[in-house]
Amino acid sequence: MAEHREFFYRRLHSLLGVIPIGLFLVQHLVVNHFAVYGEESFNKAAGFMHGLPFRLLLETVVIYLPILFHAILGVYIVFVARNNMKRYNYFRNWMFYVQRFTGIVTLVFIAWHVWETRIQLGMGNVDLDYSLMENILTNPFMFWFYIIGVISTTFHFANGLWSFLVTWGFTQSPKSQKIATYATLLIFLAISYLGVRTLIQFAYGV
Amino acid sequence: MAEQQTVTFIITRQDSPESAPYDETFHVPYRKNMNVISGLMEIRQNPVNANGDKTAPVYWDMNCLEEVCGACSMVINGTARQSCAALVDKLEQPIRLEPMSTFPVVRDLIVDRERMFDALKQVKAWIPIDGTHDLGPGPRMPEKKRQWAYELSKCMTCGVCLEACPNVNDKSNFIGPAALSQARLFNAHPTGEMNASERLNGLMDEGGIDGCGNSQNCVQVCPKGIPLTTSIAAMNRATNIQAFKNFFGSDHAH
Ligand code: HEM
Ligand code: SF4
Ligand code: FES
Repeated sequence: MAEHREFFYRRLHSLLGVIPIGLFLVQHLVVNHFAVYGEESFNKAAGFMHGLPFRLLLETVVIYLPILFHAILGVYIVFVARNNMKRYNYFRNWMFYVQRFTGIVTLVFIAWHVWETRIQLGMGNVDLDYSLMENILTNPFMFWFYIIGVISTTFHFANGLWSFLVTWGFTQSPKSQKIATYATLLIFLAISYLGVRTLIQFAYGV
Repeated sequence: MAEQQTVTFIITRQDSPESAPYDETFHVPYRKNMNVISGLMEIRQNPVNANGDKTAPVYWDMNCLEEVCGACSMVINGTARQSCAALVDKLEQPIRLEPMSTFPVVRDLIVDRERMFDALKQVKAWIPIDGTHDLGPGPRMPEKKRQWAYELSKCMTCGVCLEACPNVNDKSNFIGPAALSQARLFNAHPTGEMNASERLNGLMDEGGIDGCGNSQNCVQVCPKGIPLTTSIAAMNRATNIQAFKNFFGSDHAH
C-alpha cells in the first residue's frame, strides 16, 4: 500500500464521505427532525445522543477525524481542478463543478455550525436543548445561512453518493449510472426536506 | 464571374516552445467541401496574413487525413477535435484555431503528446510476447468479445479527452482517460490477461485512476465513441479488488 499512497488516500476520502460522514449526516438530520414533534421530543432525542457512552471518543472517531481528513483532501481536490463548463457544457461536468463548490460552502457552514453549537456547549456557555437552536434560527440572517448550508451539504452528500458508486465500481454502464442519478436525486430531495423542515420549526415554531 | 468567396481563419500561433502566443488572421479562397486542413494548406501555399503581410507558414501536424491517427487534433472554435474531419461548411466563421492547451506547444498548432505515451507506459498498455523463443499462437478470442474490444482499440491517442478533462492540467498529475481505457482493453485480451495485475498496479500509481473526478466530459468528446466512463468504472472496481489482493493476499501469484 505504501507504493500506492495517493490511490489509498483518494479511496479513503471517497469511503469516508459515505461511511461514516454520510451516515452521520442522515442520522443527524433524522434526530433533529424530532423538533417538528415538539420541544419535548427534540430534547429527548438530542439528550439520548448526548448521553451515549464514550461520547467524546465516538464523536472523534465517527465525526471529527473523518470530516477533517475528507475536508483537507477535499480542498486540495478542489484546487487541482480547472473547471471548463463554458466549453464543455454537459450535465455531469456541471455536477463535477457543483460537487466542488458545495464542498467549500459545506466546509464554511460546518465550521461555523460546530463553533456555535458543539464548541460553545463544550465550553459550558450554552445548554443542549431546543432553545439553543431556536435562539440561533429566529435570526432571519442565520436562518438563511442555515438553509444554504444544509442544502449545500445534502446536495454534496447525494451527488457524492453517485460518484461513490462509480469510484467503487458498482455502477459501470451508462444505464445504471443514469438510474443512480435519479435515485440520488430522490435522496437529495428527501434529506433536504428533513433538514429544511426542521429549520422552519426552530425558526417559526410551525 | 462572381466575386471570389473567402474563409477567415484566426489562428493562435507560437514561434517556439518558450515564446509568447499571438493571434494571426488569414483569408483563404473558399472551395466547396474544404476541411480545416485544406485551409491550412492554402496558407502554406500563400503565407500572407489578412493585413497583406508575408509571414511564416502556419505549422500543424497531420498524417492519415481520415481521423484514425489523431495527429491533427487542435481546438477548433473552442472544441478540441481532428482538423482533417472538420468541414469548413459546418463551422461558424471566422474559424478559430488554437493548439490544445493541455500539451506543450512545439510550434503554432503542433503540440507534444509525449505525456500520453508515458501514460501508456505507466499502465503497460501492450502485450509482452517478445522472448528468446517462439511462444506459439496465443489463445483465441471469442468473436463477440473481439467486436467489443475492437471499439476500445480504436483509440488513436489524439488527446481530445485529456483536453476536455477538468482534472488533466498543469496543477494535477492525472494521466487522463485514454490510458485508463487502454489498460482495460489489454486486460481483456486472452494473452494480455496474463499481466493484468501489472496494469492494475500501474493504474494505482501516482496520477493514475484515482485522479478521475467523474466530470464525464471525455466520453462526450471522444471522436471514436469509446465508452471511456464505463472503462473507468470497470477499472475502478478492478483496481479496488487488486488493492485488497495486494494487501490481504497470501502471496504474489496474482
Ligand atoms: C457533511 C459533510 C460531507 C459529506 C457527507 C461528504 C460526502 C462526500 C461524498 C459521499 C463524496 C463522494 C466520494 C466519491 O466521489 O467517491 C464526496 C466527494 C467530495 N467531497 Fe465531500 N463530503 C462532506 C464534506 C466535504 C467538505 C467539507 C469538503 C471540502 C471542500 C468536501 C470536498 C469533496 C470533494 C472535492 C469531493 C469530490 C471528490 C472526487 O470527485 O474525487 N466534502 N463527499
Ligand atoms: S480515448 Fe478517444 S478522445 Fe481519448 S485519446 Fe483516444 S480517441 Fe482520442
Ligand atoms: S490527420 Fe490523422 S486524424 Fe487527422
